[in-house]
Amino acid sequence: MAATSPPIQLEHVTKRYGNVVALNDLNLSVQEGVFGFLGPNGAGKTTAVKILLGLTRATSGSGSLAGGAFGSKGSLGHIGYLPELFRYQSWLTAREVLALHCELARIDPAKWSTEIDRTLAIVGLADRGTSRVGTFSKGMQQRLGLGVALLDDPAVVLLDEPTSALDPVGRHDVREIIRALRERGTVVFLNSHLLSEVEQVCDGVAIVDRGKVIAQGKLDELLGTSSVRVRASGLSREGRTAIARFGELDDGADGAITIRGIDRERIPDLVSAIVGAGARVYAVEPQHETLEERFLRLLGQ
Amino acid sequence: MTMTPALVVARQVVREAARRRLLLALILLTIVVIALTVWGVSRIDDLRNAGQPLPEAQKKTIVSQLLILVMFMFSWVLSLAAVFIAAPAISGELESGIALALLARPMSRAEYVVGKWLGLVTLVVVYGVTAAIIELVAVQVVSGYLPPHPVEFLGFLLSEGVVILTFALMLSTRLAGMVGGVIAAILFGIAWMGGIVGGVGAAFNNATITHVGTATKLILPTDGLWRGAVWSLEPSLVIAAQSGLGPAVVRSREV
Ligand SMILES: Nc1ncnc2c1ncn2[C@@H]1O[C@H](COP(=O)(O)OP(=O)(O)O)[C@@H](O)[C@H]1O
Ligand SMILES: [Mg+2]
Repeated sequence: MAATSPPIQLEHVTKRYGNVVALNDLNLSVQEGVFGFLGPNGAGKTTAVKILLGLTRATSGSGSLAGGAFGSKGSLGHIGYLPELFRYQSWLTAREVLALHCELARIDPAKWSTEIDRTLAIVGLADRGTSRVGTFSKGMQQRLGLGVALLDDPAVVLLDEPTSALDPVGRHDVREIIRALRERGTVVFLNSHLLSEVEQVCDGVAIVDRGKVIAQGKLDELLGTSSVRVRASGLSREGRTAIARFGELDDGADGAITIRGIDRERIPDLVSAIVGAGARVYAVEPQHETLEERFLRLLGQ
Repeated sequence: MTMTPALVVARQVVREAARRRLLLALILLTIVVIALTVWGVSRIDDLRNAGQPLPEAQKKTIVSQLLILVMFMFSWVLSLAAVFIAAPAISGELESGIALALLARPMSRAEYVVGKWLGLVTLVVVYGVTAAIIELVAVQVVSGYLPPHPVEFLGFLLSEGVVILTFALMLSTRLAGMVGGVIAAILFGIAWMGGIVGGVGAAFNNATITHVGTATKLILPTDGLWRGAVWSLEPSLVIAAQSGLGPAVVRSREV
């Protein structure tokens, strides 16, 4: 594989489980930074990651991960992975689990000890390294799983719902870990159904539903179409109909109207339409549409 | 020096068995069985026939048959233990997700499966050899009797364990642990009964019944291996005595 191929690439990937189409001609390319793969439960996020890692085979399609074919040793030697179903050997200690992965990842044995200390410290388990995994809570096991994914500073880290078992402090810690990875130039692929999680750390996102990417881009671009809050008085029924052309209307409790899905460039037109309908405008407040609103709107389409 | 992935996986299998006290449980149970055998064998000297101690040849026959009985139970324990350890060995890790993290390392599925197999074979061989040798030596010390082919016996016994283990592990790559375990255990039982059926067919010169026995042997060769084990434990004078009575197989099944 040429060094020019993007770290994460899926081309026309389809995956069927019997009659269920988990991925439907999925195309995705991630160059750098933190990429959020966002979608409701059952959208195909986990399936996409498993295909990237060669843990399951695509029905059709192609692509690469970390410059190698799906599941190839060349590819798997440069990645870290936190599975959605994370369980580790209950009969081992946290350090032994990490050592096992050091060995399988072919890390120089002389470095294991420092590497294990480093990852345990990052995920906040420094004082539990010698405890049996069987005694860990789900949240602690998820932290351990994150530690396993961070061993040896991989070029690409794939995290499948990394905060599913974590409390708010844990979620905050994971965000900090992801930001630190970005600083180091690691490519992070973050599967999530939690918009807030993706919103706070991701540079690029793809929204997936029923195995298809329904929107993709930089977060700012995706949120380009936003909403605007207008405070006006004397708006007639006809006036409302006129402004409904600009977007979806939403009456706030304080009497303000929110027009959703309006392009920023059209806000002056909106204001003149309201004035043209005989209403008096007191305030126009452009709103940054949240990813959640965008997400729900896309899924509704 | 770094180990190949398969050896790393194999070592984990042995470690898991030790950590989960599986080995400890097997060792304790084996000690009980060996103690009982030694006690039973030592009582043979006390047997009287019309007030007289038994002749040496008769004592030897009794010890040999007792040993076959104990080893028969032991082969069942070894085989069924192998089934119940091997059947969930892979499916369990797939269900729990442990295997996902492991297989995302530079390791092929084949290496993972071979590693599991090597680890399980190590367990069966180490436990089987140790327990069988202790049993044979204990009986020899107490009664002075050693079966004619002890090394061959070990070979047959271990082969039986390894065959059923391999079969259960293959099922484990496709089926849930409980399902694979039940299938392997039932087939093991069927093969054993098939051995008896085949023996009966041969004894009565009934081709159909013999073929049924042969068919089950082809499904799982464990019973043939057990027959080899019996052959290597049977003293020549018993075989000679039985040849007039019909197939040795039927006879040894009855013990
Ligand atoms: N092993 C499997 N067998 C059958 N269907 C599956 C399997 N794995 C996933 N699916 C189906 O594929 C679809 C996508 O699943 P998944 O990738 O786990 O979604 P997500 O991770 O986005 O929640 C779902 O409809 C799910 O039921
Ligand atoms: Mg998922």
